[in-house]
Amino acid sequence: MTENHISTRLAQIGTDTDPNTGSINTPIYLSTAYRHAGLGQSTGYDYTRTKNPTRSVLEEGIANLESGDAGFACSSGMAAIQLVLSLFKTGDEVIYTDDIYGGTYRLAVQYEEQYGIKAHFTPFQSVAEIEALINDHTKALFIETPTNPLMQEINIIQYAKLAKTHNLLLIVDNTFLTPYYQRPIELGADIVIHSATKYIGGHNDVLAGLVVSKGKELSEKLLYNHNASGATLAPIDSWLLLRGLKTLHVRMKQHTENAKKIVAYLEQETLVKDVLYAGLGGMVSFRLQRSEWVGPFLQNLKLIAYAESLGGVESFITYPATQTHADIPEEERIARGVDNSLLRFSVGIEEDEDLIAELKQVFAIIQQEVTIHDAN
Amino acid sequence: MTQTKQSIETSLITASTRGDYEQKTGAVNVPIYLSSTFDQEHFDSFGPYDYSRSGNPTRDALEKTIAELEAGTRGFAFSSGIAAIASALLTLNAGDHLVVTSEVYGGTYRFVTQVLTKYGITHTFADFTNLQEVETAIQPNTKVLYAETPANPLLGITDIRGIVSIAKKHGLLTFVDNTFMTPLYQRPLDLGVDVVLHSATKFLGGHSDIIAGLAVTKDEELGKQIYFMQNSMGAILGAHDSFSLIQGIKTLNARLTQSSQSALKIASYLDHHELVENVYYPGLPSHPGYDIHASQASNAGAVLSFTLPNRELTKAFVEHVQIPIFAVSLGGVESILSYPVTMSHAAIPKEERDKRGITEGLLRFSVGLENVDDLIADFEQAFHIAKKQITVSK
Repeated sequence: MTENHISTRLAQIGTDTDPNTGSINTPIYLSTAYRHAGLGQSTGYDYTRTKNPTRSVLEEGIANLESGDAGFACSSGMAAIQLVLSLFKTGDEVIYTDDIYGGTYRLAVQYEEQYGIKAHFTPFQSVAEIEALINDHTKALFIETPTNPLMQEINIIQYAKLAKTHNLLLIVDNTFLTPYYQRPIELGADIVIHSATKYIGGHNDVLAGLVVSKGKELSEKLLYNHNASGATLAPIDSWLLLRGLKTLHVRMKQHTENAKKIVAYLEQETLVKDVLYAGLGGMVSFRLQRSEWVGPFLQNLKLIAYAESLGGVESFITYPATQTHADIPEEERIARGVDNSLLRFSVGIEEDEDLIAELKQVFAIIQQEVTIHDAN
Repeated sequence: MTQTKQSIETSLITASTRGDYEQKTGAVNVPIYLSSTFDQEHFDSFGPYDYSRSGNPTRDALEKTIAELEAGTRGFAFSSGIAAIASALLTLNAGDHLVVTSEVYGGTYRFVTQVLTKYGITHTFADFTNLQEVETAIQPNTKVLYAETPANPLLGITDIRGIVSIAKKHGLLTFVDNTFMTPLYQRPLDLGVDVVLHSATKFLGGHSDIIAGLAVTKDEELGKQIYFMQNSMGAILGAHDSFSLIQGIKTLNARLTQSSQSALKIASYLDHHELVENVYYPGLPSHPGYDIHASQASNAGAVLSFTLPNRELTKAFVEHVQIPIFAVSLGGVESILSYPVTMSHAAIPKEERDKRGITEGLLRFSVGLENVDDLIADFEQAFHIAKKQITVSK
């Protein structure tokens, strides 16, 4: 039924996987091993690290949603990135966007220091600049779009063409937009990565990562490495992700609707210096006029949680400088625009008026403090 | 956090973490307490929890959530919708009588006619769309008026305020099954009802993955009575399912808004279809009780029913529909098509079913989150094939 819209495929994911009972939810197979009928025979399932029926439904489902050939479910978003980086060996080089999740940065630096896989970090502002960095050792371009946390958009089609010309892999972290809004493989990417902990899970109750690949040879390599390094996702967590996917479209629509209203409000708030938003999805970053207001701002939040992570039904505000991007050296971090006045807002699906009322009361408190301070 | 008055859409997300569970670790979700018993610090005074049947922190968070959403004071979580209904009705005593809506879920019908009668609790069925008939059915020993609105499966509308005023006049309690509306669209306690019941398996859970029931009360004494039944009979909801339900409730607004929008489109489509005899949906101005429903609920919801001319055509239609699940239950992210005669209302004898309009051409449709154009296209092709088949066989 691939001709159906993505919202239909999301709502119905895994509904017809168990013909024996007709169960419309995939069963959770908590079985590590599988009985063989005889020598040389297998049902296709041998050992759950290699393949598990619940996880398979998720993996086939995400491959379908992202228009890829194979899906791999990993125990965290970082485990998914690690799986993809396992394609490279000493001497290889990878070009990363410089505005990137701190955990990816940390892993890339570690791979360079420990395994000699060179990492370049650069803004993907022009194809020519990226092309100038490509040499015989370059194996891949690794981007996020929109980027984290500065919400810059990178043109996937342009860089897919560049990657093809030089026989490189284009790897796209699609965590922020999800396949509901953006399907990088359809635009020419080879690999899509998700921290499924975020929008795909959607309820802040499961840690998970997903990888989708295009092409037989690449998929086979990833399959091998997935099993060989074993950071696979547990059956119950696989099931929770399937459950999350069923509401992905309605959640994403609501996240976007709320985010647009928050952006409109923040843009006219005088204590806010600037607002960064890609126009879709629930992620908004903004800078306060003064970095010393960050403390009181976060302290006075009541409804919105000051917490790390994003993509859940609940609104979160994160301070990248000490949380998600703490692993990037301060000087470098500030040079990239992740300065000490930047806040990242994962807009939830609460009523937008309540969220705006919350922000207003926090800004009112800061305004009051500023007035008193200035009067003194 | 300070409890400022929030919109229900926001309470759906925040109500479960008002307790101190999150304070200890900062976790944004209530932990799943898979503990049957709790260590006690003192010899002669116990802490808030001693045994999970009596109270479990995860279930407690759910019970507080539903109480807040329904504007009640106390919530109770049960192992199924019927367990909630049974536990509430079993607060009655031998010799008591209740008046029950004749358009009622088959499982409730079965419980009232087969189980309550064993304990000497008698009943009369009445047409709740006719307040006069309800009042006439009241006897000296009547204690409860039991309503569903919109009712299952023909979406009949009960005037909640009207029933409450009759109940008050005669010193009775009113129980309302609010499954089809959920507190997002209808809050019976605000209209004077005493007990609200839910099959939380449906829209509140929303993912067709757990069986659960909820009851909510406002009056303290009535709350104590239902708590006594919950604890003494023990049809409680497990911690894991309580957690799943809390998570399901968080997307209720997003899900039900979408499904209800789609339901209205599908109802209008069916209303204009040559093969469809009747459409039952409270969002259609032609639906009996449309105005009453609009005065007590903010939306028509995501369940509708329709009738086809005969069993033959119904069978052919069902066999060719591809997207919806053909199954019992409703309220899931997946669209579910049901055949009340053999499914939800099979427990009602044929003669009684016919009287109630539950015919062999009746289908109930619970609209999910699929793209509505896909669902309509699917119906259209199924109607087309069904019509051709029937014509050929004739």
